[in-house]
Amino acid sequence: MIITEQKPFEEIQRMLKPFEKVFIIGCGTCGTVCQTAGEDQVKEMAEKLKDKVVTGTVVVESPCDARVLRRDTRKFKKEIEEADALLCLACGAGVQDIVDHMDKVAVPGLDTKFLGKIERIGMFYERCRACGECVLFDTGGICPIVRCPKSMLNGPCGGMFDGKCEVGHYERDCAWALIYDRLKHLGMMDLFKEYKAPRDNSKLQAQLREIVWVKEAKA
Amino acid sequence: MAQGIFSNFMANLKAGKFTFTGELEPEKTTDLAGTLKTATFLKDYVVACNVTDNPQSFGYISSLAASYIVQRETGMETIYQLTCRDRNRLALLADLLGAGALGIKNVLALTGDHTTLGDTPQSKPVFDLDSTQLIRMTRKMVDEGTDLNGKAIEHPPKFHVGGGANPNAKPLEPELMKIGKKVAAGAEFFQTQVVFDIETVKRFLDEVRGFNVPTLIGTFPLKSYGVADYFDKTVPGVKVPGELLKALAEAKDIQDKQKRRDRYNEINLDYFVGFVKEIKKTTSAAGCHIMSVGYEEIVPSLVEAVK
Repeated sequence: MIITEQKPFEEIQRMLKPFEKVFIIGCGTCGTVCQTAGEDQVKEMAEKLKDKVVTGTVVVESPCDARVLRRDTRKFKKEIEEADALLCLACGAGVQDIVDHMDKVAVPGLDTKFLGKIERIGMFYERCRACGECVLFDTGGICPIVRCPKSMLNGPCGGMFDGKCEVGHYERDCAWALIYDRLKHLGMMDLFKEYKAPRDNSKLQAQLREIVWVKEAKA
Repeated sequence: MAQGIFSNFMANLKAGKFTFTGELEPEKTTDLAGTLKTATFLKDYVVACNVTDNPQSFGYISSLAASYIVQRETGMETIYQLTCRDRNRLALLADLLGAGALGIKNVLALTGDHTTLGDTPQSKPVFDLDSTQLIRMTRKMVDEGTDLNGKAIEHPPKFHVGGGANPNAKPLEPELMKIGKKVAAGAEFFQTQVVFDIETVKRFLDEVRGFNVPTLIGTFPLKSYGVADYFDKTVPGVKVPGELLKALAEAKDIQDKQKRRDRYNEINLDYFVGFVKEIKKTTSAAGCHIMSVGYEEIVPSLVEAVK
């Protein structure tokens, strides 16, 4: 799940300042679960924008999916056309899909926080950095890239104490203490002892990541 | 092991001499006069001095520049501390080549405290490599004369690389395994975190004995009760022994400045001479790394008494 938070309303107001008419787009998937972009939040936002004309609202099932975005906004063509700006309650991927398809100013209403798991509503934990090279097998299913602030690959740093991490005043679990316990439990300690070479960042950060399945040409 | 012995520090370790190293912590300045004075003062008592690299993530003068100037001006050999926090592998390589060109003979490869703990928490933390990987990269440069990708270095550097170790780690097992990985990666010496408790030292050294890598125990004479109390309360896993803390607390109330200082010295010598002697006599430690930043005056008496 992509975990989002609503931006402070003042910031949304600042971005919307030059515009009179606004159309609001919500998200029916992650944003709904996070309670940042569902039906209720879209309605609430429309009510809060008292000094604007809200031409319409829609909660798109998944604004990050171009097909679904087109499908769910089709019947709001007129309302969207009328608006000066689109207030997008969606993650960064959703906002940019909207930008790709609608020639309007897009105002992001959410901050995209992380890829996380939901323990229950209001308890979201970052669990993946989408780094592109999953190491979870070697680390007992606990990710040091995202759960260790230093992304250590070869064991805990000197900042671990009592199984806790120096970052954040020893409140958070040290990922490597967890990995150690887990691998021990699984009887896979050899994996801990194995040297992990530096990661290939050329695959990770610098380049725009795309996955495009190309169908084989028909014979 | 690297081919040959490149430093006086390593020569001492190889000869099995109980070795003292010191610590220099130049700060947010371009003037190294104070650091040079300290280095000159310590020179007769320690074999080499570590030069810290943005310790606790406080932004200070480059440890490479300071290491070089200390060596040039005082003749004190340095152990150049290099952390992964502020540099990617390109910058680490560049600094290591620079260190080679500037005559640095020893490198302590560290991961580094997290940026959020320091005085510039807004910094982007790098951590492209971890300390184990930095040790391996350094050894590759020295032994194989190549960078991480196997590209030849025209004139490879010659220095020894060591790592940090934490006898206070809890749990200790993952730390011990990581030390094993650093040994396999080519660590030639270890300098440990501060330890005050002799039993912790002994237990730790028993555990790492099999690695057969010279290990210097981190020792921290306590300049005042305030320093001791701070350590006790804020450094996780580091407990100042009750008796020592109590004695320092009593000394704190001595009004006369000189007398108070004398008493602090006396308490420190009482404790640390015994502590270091015990390490020297009964353990496999290669020596002690005395982190006496701001309290160098204790070093001569301590070292002389242990000799």
